[in-house]
Amino acid sequence: MSPMRDRLIFIAQLAFTLLVAAFLIVPAALSITAGVTVNYFRGVQSGLTLEWVVQVWELYADTILRSFAIALSTLGATLALGVPGAYSLYVRGGRLARTIEEIITLPLAIPGLAIALALLLAYGGFSDFRRSWLFILAGHVIFTLPFMVRSVIAVFAAIDVKTLDEGAASLGASPWRRFRDVIVPNARPGILAGSLMVVTLSLGEFNVTWMLSTPLTKTLPVGLADSYASMRLEVASAYTLVFFVMIIPLLVAMQVFAGWGATARPAR
Amino acid sequence: MTSAHGVTVRVEACAKTFADGTRALEPVTLDIARGETVVLLGPSGCGKTTMLRIIAGLEQPDAGGRVLFGEADVTRVPIERRNVGMVFQSYALFPNMTVADNIGYGLKIRHVGAAERKARVAELVALTGIEGLEQRRVDQLSGGQRQRVALARAVAVRPSALLLDEPLTALDAALRERLRGELDRLLRTLGITTVYVTHDQAEAMALGDRIVVMRRGAIAQTGTPREIYFAPTSRFVAEFIGAANIVEAECVAGALALPGGRLPLANGAAAGPVVAMIRPESIAVAAPDGASLTGSVDAVSFIGDRQRLTVSGAAPKPILVDAPNSIEVKPGDRVGLAVDPAAVRLLPGGPT
Repeated sequence: MSPMRDRLIFIAQLAFTLLVAAFLIVPAALSITAGVTVNYFRGVQSGLTLEWVVQVWELYADTILRSFAIALSTLGATLALGVPGAYSLYVRGGRLARTIEEIITLPLAIPGLAIALALLLAYGGFSDFRRSWLFILAGHVIFTLPFMVRSVIAVFAAIDVKTLDEGAASLGASPWRRFRDVIVPNARPGILAGSLMVVTLSLGEFNVTWMLSTPLTKTLPVGLADSYASMRLEVASAYTLVFFVMIIPLLVAMQVFAGWGATARPAR
Repeated sequence: MTSAHGVTVRVEACAKTFADGTRALEPVTLDIARGETVVLLGPSGCGKTTMLRIIAGLEQPDAGGRVLFGEADVTRVPIERRNVGMVFQSYALFPNMTVADNIGYGLKIRHVGAAERKARVAELVALTGIEGLEQRRVDQLSGGQRQRVALARAVAVRPSALLLDEPLTALDAALRERLRGELDRLLRTLGITTVYVTHDQAEAMALGDRIVVMRRGAIAQTGTPREIYFAPTSRFVAEFIGAANIVEAECVAGALALPGGRLPLANGAAAGPVVAMIRPESIAVAAPDGASLTGSVDAVSFIGDRQRLTVSGAAPKPILVDAPNSIEVKPGDRVGLAVDPAAVRLLPGGPT
């Protein structure tokens, strides 16, 4: 390879790294610093404090816990609906299956606010449901289900799951046994990737949640918007810090978990 | 050879039209005896795999078709309740299980106890010659080993019928030939009703008690390998199985009138235009003087155990002749050709 080309590649990589730093790492770092600064407008010289973090925890601990509860419930629901759903859609095939897949995927193209509005119009009248966190859960499941279904179907296609299914059927396994013994274990990488996406999307979801939440069912991102609108900038930033502290270990844990799955069963 | 196992299989007026309107199979009827190995042979798209999948229960025949296992009508019974053993072209081994777990899976489904399962798996591991691989994962096996595991898994459950869909196609030529021999021995040992799909005529000849030659969704001919080879009933079968010279000529006074002379036919040949098939190995090379049929050698290809000559001028089209590897012959030579009248097979006329 020519030195000229090496140089160009180096410059491109450097530019990319700098862009990532400028627009992702620097703002995040600034925001985190702001959360532990005594007075943001006077800068770090004003001193460091955990006061804001404590304040956030006192004011918003419930939103944080609720967010995790909703994220895990969303994961449970998308696993229960999405994996068997993807199996039947993929193995059955045909026009009907494709149509259903398109319908499930629709929420990706529709603004979250529109989904939330539609949910409110349809089910807002059931006041107990509307007031509970289950209403938000419904919105999150609609929004995240396509991600689960898509990533599971992608793995199905890669491992030729149809033939594996026929193989298990020829040995006498009922559809349920096939699903449990053969389909799920071999689709694990896709299920893990889908789970990772569902949890992170649910934790960070704002559009749908903002419309569906009540003052008593706020989630972490809604609380963040709230604190930004009504509190000191330092408190909102401390909120971001809490969010980071909660979500980064979770993401790392899931990546490691997915990595184990991949090394235990390397893709062909 | 042990006694016959499994069931008789009857495919009755089974046709298959797919959702997009493709007609994969015309209504076909086929009876398979208990313990018999039937090979479905034909070019791709001839309907052989569709027929196998209908027998397996992976496809439903169009209305009016029936599949019978013994006396039982299994047309509406799904594959998991037909008690078949199936080997797929891609083997369909479960990557999440060891070799032993793959082989034992059908037994586990049938609630066979762990001890008995272990014994049966060991028996099949020995039968298929894969000792020592029991705890391996599927992705650590070679193609030939996978093929053996797939076969062991399919027969572990003592199926009513064994169904094989091009089980050797994914392997290279040398391995294919060796496994073909092993497979033949195994099928004879098991004595189980077997349906074997292939496009490879050598495989069909070696393994089949009977061969069903298929073409465009219909059965072209059914018979033993010898019948199919020596007495094809159509030009398609004659040309699909082995090498064949197809000669179109006029029959005059009990012999074919050819550009290079006369070729006597067996008694009873009616006068008029005929289509005859002659296998290259049934034509003998003789001295040109005094021969009733002569031609000139266009090409000689030395194969080793024999040499194949292309002779023109004898028949309307050049004909292939298998000569012994000992005779001296070169392009341009004039040769006489002698054919036993019994080896000339008349086919139903008409261009195909």
